[in-house]
Amino acid sequence: MSEISHILPLSKPKEGISKTGTWRLKKPVIDHSKCVKCLMCWLHCPESTIDVVESSEKFVEVNYEFCKGCGVCANVCPVKAISMVPEG
Amino acid sequence: MIVGGISIRELPRKKYLLPGNSSCPGCPEALGLRYLGMALGDRVILVVPAGCSTVIEGLAPNYSMRFPIVNVPFASADAVASGVATAKEVLGEDAVVVVWAGDGATADIGFATLSGAAERGDNIIHICVDNEAYMNTGIQRSSLTPYGAWTTTTWTGKKERKKDVPLIMLMHKVPYVATASVGYPMDFIEKLRRAASIKGFKYIHLHAPCPTGWRFDPSLTVEVAKLAVETGMWILFEAINGKVKISPSSLPYRDRSRRKPIRDYIKIQGRFRALTDKELRKLESMVDDVWDTLIKFT
Repeated sequence: MSEISHILPLSKPKEGISKTGTWRLKKPVIDHSKCVKCLMCWLHCPESTIDVVESSEKFVEVNYEFCKGCGVCANVCPVKAISMVPEG
Repeated sequence: MIVGGISIRELPRKKYLLPGNSSCPGCPEALGLRYLGMALGDRVILVVPAGCSTVIEGLAPNYSMRFPIVNVPFASADAVASGVATAKEVLGEDAVVVVWAGDGATADIGFATLSGAAERGDNIIHICVDNEAYMNTGIQRSSLTPYGAWTTTTWTGKKERKKDVPLIMLMHKVPYVATASVGYPMDFIEKLRRAASIKGFKYIHLHAPCPTGWRFDPSLTVEVAKLAVETGMWILFEAINGKVKISPSSLPYRDRSRRKPIRDYIKIQGRFRALTDKELRKLESMVDDVWDTLIKFT
């Protein structure tokens, strides 16, 4: 397969094809003291950029390299622990 | 949170839609693809006709999803999927062949092969990601655009009603027909898992509010999807062997007085800005009509 793959129109999965973090106008900042670990932000993030880390100081974290800053996570958070802060 | 016996904590954490893809911020299709991965995981083989999903995949030599994908022309999606499903059956391999098509590829251009595959009873799941216009090519009207909505080809609002594709598929007497919404992920995941357990043709219609084409803020994707259900504009139901059951999330809105006013739904979207009061009343009567028709099948 590998010897003919260069002549077939095949693509392979790759994380981070483009650095979509540069699209962002507002950045989601999580207040970990308010977080109730409901996972709603992880479930509703359209970009898979919220990772569940489950460490002692934080439960979820945002991958700012790829987060497009859409703000869906801030809207679905039931305790409003995520705020959208303007970039720059 | 536990809905329909599925706990949010038990959902797989593996990323099937990879970060760095080229979807717009707040994209409902990206959400839908993530839920598809959470529901069925590595068993999925996607067949994708032209549409936004093709763009989200990205350019060769890489793509941004962990599903095996066959990219096909518009009108052939279900025919290709039938072939893939049969090949997998002959080889004796476990796979769920999913056609991930937009509203244009389902209701307009690809309808012939969709109807054909449903009639033959091929073992595939067809998911129609309904963002209510041809968003990928620049927001042109489709037959699933609702009455009164602006698109670049209906400047003063569409004058025709939305085609009721879930009911058309129900009349094909297929074993499973369901509607879902990106605002109700657990409901969608539950329906996907149920569909995958049934042999034969399965149809799921996923309502997907598009911030770019519907002219609302990207942060409101989930809110608009929920409002569509709460106002009765979108009805969640599932039909196993032709028996329609309204899903729990939509059940309260069977009673007209419990629905939120449709004005709440249309005022946060720019595409309805030219809608007059007379047209709004017509839209409301159309919504009541859709409910009345559906309730007759329950």
